Amino acid sequence: MGKLPIRARLATTIGGAAGRMSRLAGRGDGSVIGGVIGLRVEPELLALLAADRQVVLVTGTNGKTTTTRLITSALGALGQDVASNAFGANMEAGLAAALGQAPDAPFAVLEVDEAYLPAVLDATKARVVALLNLSRDQMDRAAEIWLLARRWRSALAAAPDCRVVANADDPLIAWAASEAPQVTWVAAGQRWHEDSWCCPKCGSHLSRDDLGWRCGECDFARPPARWVLDGDSIIDSVGQVTELSLTLPGRANRANAAIALAVAEVFGISPAQALPRLREVASVAGRYTQVERRGRQVRLLLAKNPAGWLEAFDVLDPARMPVLLSVNAQVPDGRDTSWLWDVDYRVLRGRRVFVAGERRMDLAVRLEADEVPFELAEGIDDAVDRVTGGSMDVIANYTAFQQIRTVLGRAA
Amino acid sequence: MGTHRRAASQGPAGLRLIWVYPDLLSTYGDRGNLLVLERRARLRGIEVESVLVNSDQPVPREGDMYLLGGGEDLPQILAARRLRADGGLAAAADRGAVIFAVCAGYQLVGTEFGGEDGQPLPGLEIIDIRSGRGQRRGVGEILADVDPALGVPRLSGFENHQGVTKLGPDAAPLARVLVGVGNGDGTEGAYSGRILGTYLHGPALVRNPGLADLLLSWVVGPLDALAPADEEWSLRLREERLAAVPS
Repeated sequence: MGKLPIRARLATTIGGAAGRMSRLAGRGDGSVIGGVIGLRVEPELLALLAADRQVVLVTGTNGKTTTTRLITSALGALGQDVASNAFGANMEAGLAAALGQAPDAPFAVLEVDEAYLPAVLDATKARVVALLNLSRDQMDRAAEIWLLARRWRSALAAAPDCRVVANADDPLIAWAASEAPQVTWVAAGQRWHEDSWCCPKCGSHLSRDDLGWRCGECDFARPPARWVLDGDSIIDSVGQVTELSLTLPGRANRANAAIALAVAEVFGISPAQALPRLREVASVAGRYTQVERRGRQVRLLLAKNPAGWLEAFDVLDPARMPVLLSVNAQVPDGRDTSWLWDVDYRVLRGRRVFVAGERRMDLAVRLEADEVPFELAEGIDDAVDRVTGGSMDVIANYTAFQQIRTVLGRAA
Repeated sequence: MGTHRRAASQGPAGLRLIWVYPDLLSTYGDRGNLLVLERRARLRGIEVESVLVNSDQPVPREGDMYLLGGGEDLPQILAARRLRADGGLAAAADRGAVIFAVCAGYQLVGTEFGGEDGQPLPGLEIIDIRSGRGQRRGVGEILADVDPALGVPRLSGFENHQGVTKLGPDAAPLARVLVGVGNGDGTEGAYSGRILGTYLHGPALVRNPGLADLLLSWVVGPLDALAPADEEWSLRLREERLAAVPS
């Protein structure tokens, strides 16, 4: 901390105090308020706090928090402190707070809101940027994703010392990263295709086959990947095949782990060193947590947009376990529920389905259209009381998820 | 009207639904309109065949109803260019097919719409409206009272656009805005013959089953009422939304 200018030191001290006050007062986990106050005192705080550290930025529509956690765990192999905004506070204030709380950590792994990537890259002079995926998300307040990809592209092209680790299977991500001076391409897969039928370069129809995607008109095609996710195996940059065997469930988390392994390699950490650490991660900020409630096992899945719901369905217990779906439309969720119609719910047929949340009527009409029988529930406890088996999965969007965690207590 | 259309008195007629360019014009839940139309037709014993036509395929000319969804600026420009070159949609409109267009799709069936820098670009000219870019983005719930001639209850939906649309003498406003922005002059949407467009984006028919039935009736004639159990959830959703957005 000694190397920080006096104003920055003052700013982090005041910010840290505010964070502790916020936690003591029970108003949130204190991860943002400290940064907000700190940034008021010193606008360059983020740049000052990031100086002389090796910073990894993680962004994309889905998987930011989980991938940030996986990379942080992998970097633990270096035996030094790693600063991280582990709870998803991913705008400038949250990033400043995370760095301020770990002033001596030589490494930082930060998840960044998609819209803030160019500014944060400029401020932190990041060593590595990990780009996961881009798909439609909260379009009432977020920028259109083609526009986001274009802004990333300019910012990354102007960062010669930064290595980009990017998912080659997502055409918009490939477009955003393709002008960057140093790129490690990872074939991490893409299940959601609805936002990438067209070439980001020329607009023509993209064709897809087993080898990936290519434009029918121009020369834009999936870049050759150094890392390939193949089922539960990762083929690394030297051709070695390793089973992932993560504790976290689902294809999306295997993709997140593939990106994390490629980032770890930049720091000289091999998959053999990193994987045991990735396997120890069992839940991330409440996601995938298994909680006992009134004698039943409840597992929590967060899904905020159509691509996220598709990945959540992939994780549902194959044993036709009951599932509670809960949807709100507050500002952090997006005020618009239209996206429910981009999700195919037919995979839920044959399961007992409960619908809850402030917009459960929207869910009801949506499920009716897909001929999925459902029952209204007043909330998590109502559904728990009505299931007869021993367990239940819950899929909820952002504020609905937080409400359920509050009911279940901090154990979740 | 073409001879392909069978009158309702001859029993349940087939309905051929064409979803135009879901690869370009499907930003946010646009599939909902297709699903609502399919369901409400099938519950009445009408056979439905739905065809999804991507932007690298010709638009079939013999459909009964064509759906166009929303899109970002660049996909909208590409879609307009390809639809003009293809000619299938305009030919279907000439033949009297029903066209339901939302948001970006609504703008591009007019004579002109705003490009990525607001510059005027040619539309398909199948309805007498002109669109351009407004000063600010209209984002939020919208409520509007439908032209009484159409016999459709109050519209409830969500809008998210920066367009401003002016109607020419050959198009009539679909509705009058109570809450929201719509066309920008107090009116919302437009219709002319069997062409109907709206700024209610995405799954506009979900909260407006009356509008879905109007479109269906333009193809198959007068419709039977649905059983109350089949209407329950959409009516409860409508009630909940109308209560949440006081006019």
